Amino acid sequence: MAGAAGQEVDLTGVMVSANLTVSDYFIVAPVVIPILFGAILMMLRSKRNWQAPIAIAGFAIALFAEFGLLQQVIAEGPRTMTMGRWLPPFGISFTVDLTGALFAFTGGVVALAGAIYSWRDVTPTGRRYGFYPFFMLMMAGVSGAFLTGDIFNLYVWFEVLLISSFGLIVLGSEKPQLDGTMKYAFLNLVATTMFLVATGYLYGITGTLNMADIRDKVGQLDQAAPLMTIAILYLLAFSMKAAAFPLNFWLPASYHTPKIVVSAIFAGLLTKVGVYALLRVMLMLFAVPRDLLAEPIAWLAALTMLAGAFGALAQNDIRRVLGYVVITGIGTMLAGLSLATQTGVTGTIVYAIHSMLVMTALYMAAGVMSRLNGSFDMRQLGGLYAASPMLAAGFLVLAISVSGLPPTSGFWGKFILVKASLEMGAWWLAAAILIAGFLTTLAVFRIWIFAFWRGGPEGTRDGAEAWSIGEAEPDYVLHSSLAIGFFVAASLFIGFAPELLISTAGEAAHGLLHSQDYVNSVFGGR
Amino acid sequence: MEIALTLLVGCFFTVSIYLLLSKYIIRVLLGVGILGNAVNLLIFTAGRLEREVPPIIPDGNMVPETVTANPLPQALILTAIVISFSFFAFLLVLAFRSYQDLKTDDTENMRFAEPADEPHPPLGY
Repeated sequence: MAGAAGQEVDLTGVMVSANLTVSDYFIVAPVVIPILFGAILMMLRSKRNWQAPIAIAGFAIALFAEFGLLQQVIAEGPRTMTMGRWLPPFGISFTVDLTGALFAFTGGVVALAGAIYSWRDVTPTGRRYGFYPFFMLMMAGVSGAFLTGDIFNLYVWFEVLLISSFGLIVLGSEKPQLDGTMKYAFLNLVATTMFLVATGYLYGITGTLNMADIRDKVGQLDQAAPLMTIAILYLLAFSMKAAAFPLNFWLPASYHTPKIVVSAIFAGLLTKVGVYALLRVMLMLFAVPRDLLAEPIAWLAALTMLAGAFGALAQNDIRRVLGYVVITGIGTMLAGLSLATQTGVTGTIVYAIHSMLVMTALYMAAGVMSRLNGSFDMRQLGGLYAASPMLAAGFLVLAISVSGLPPTSGFWGKFILVKASLEMGAWWLAAAILIAGFLTTLAVFRIWIFAFWRGGPEGTRDGAEAWSIGEAEPDYVLHSSLAIGFFVAASLFIGFAPELLISTAGEAAHGLLHSQDYVNSVFGGR
Repeated sequence: MEIALTLLVGCFFTVSIYLLLSKYIIRVLLGVGILGNAVNLLIFTAGRLEREVPPIIPDGNMVPETVTANPLPQALILTAIVISFSFFAFLLVLAFRSYQDLKTDDTENMRFAEPADEPHPPLGY
């Protein structure tokens, strides 16, 4: 930016002077790759048979980038790349710490499995109307939200994932879908607008949007600053996105309406973006008001868990049971957020990773069950053990996992959270986790008993009358078994060997609670 | 000036929340439209108002000589306007399509995803 007179200007004070290396590009790759593939798939919209293989390749490449990024962050700590080379806080930064990298990696795994499952599950019409481009762009939004270091940029990624998710949820345009999309779209849009309101106020009092800079500036503000209001607005906005009680009603009204693979990836990814944003904003940016809000958040967590568990018991449609189970999981994660101790946040991260994997798999299993039995209605299901013993075993593992019983991944998250609650003396929070776990056990095992254990649907005499089971096409069986089998194996692996995940999550939690490394990564230790 | 705009923003929020609480989709849509504008004005005001001083650094200087208008809120609002416009367009089409297919714009009658007369889940085993 030399002046017209040609004077030399020293740019080292305003521009990033270090050269970018290849490893720096890993920071943005999880966002760039899906956008690129989304554009390619959009152009190849008429080539319906190419869509799924190209999408799977795209998600595999993105997963490779996410894995590389995770490795880098584990080795070197938080990493930053700033757009346009303007020094932060003026340029928009992508800052990845261990929490973001872990969530992005798990999200990549869920997306790849979803794409494999969808290969035969999505109809040619669905492919023609852009299932894969929407899916790709939604993943770009999800990864962007996990990786960005700028709060306004976080808002933009929320909108990217939201508009693509609208496209996915309404695909097919059945009557229940239109109804569900209405509620999903309006309530999520209001939540995101609340997020923008809070960001506007935050900019008004701090004058910056870079999260590392906000963290420092918020610490220097006097107590009179309206930080509490802003923190509550953020809590409201993100709780609504995460479907926490009493803002959860859009989720069971909409998650059972789209194609089952869409429900599966939504359950695995979208509410967890809300949880991630809550962790980032509440723990890193608003440490002071968060301490005052600890008790209300704990109540919120307990009520969310119980509302979800009771809701799950009262449903007939298995997809709606699972929708309520998602809500119970969100409550469990909020419990760790309310404690805000090292142990508590570790538990939240472990449970979030577990929930992303297992909820996706449960929805996929529900899809296979309805293929075989022709219904999602619990009264119409039955005799599936005879049809597919493997599916029965897989569903059993997933049911054990989502209830939080050993030897699966769900056990460790809940175990750490109960331990953290007792450490802080919040015995009622520990009790809520255990009661919600018990009720979830009842709810999911009811599905297992009705669908797999009994001989036929309601009205047939158990085992005495033959019940015809539908045949699924071999390709579909292969793809769904691959996807569900992977998740079952992952849940069991984490259950038997949790050390790696727990220690990584512990480091991630430490990074959120003591975010000096994050700030140093953005400002280069200045 | 800030006070006048603050009152206007408050007015916008009041109107939009009133409309959002309606059970008719068309009113809710109008509420969403006004809500978007309320937020844009809020960000604009939160960035502090300064009239007619463009943020241009004179030749030979390294920093501006006087207080200048803040360009950042305008960039933010521009982003937010584009986003809220596209969402509004989507919701408009969705609402119209729902009106055509579901034959109603009253949310009380929109019970297709969650039927009002759903049977109980199995009560025994």
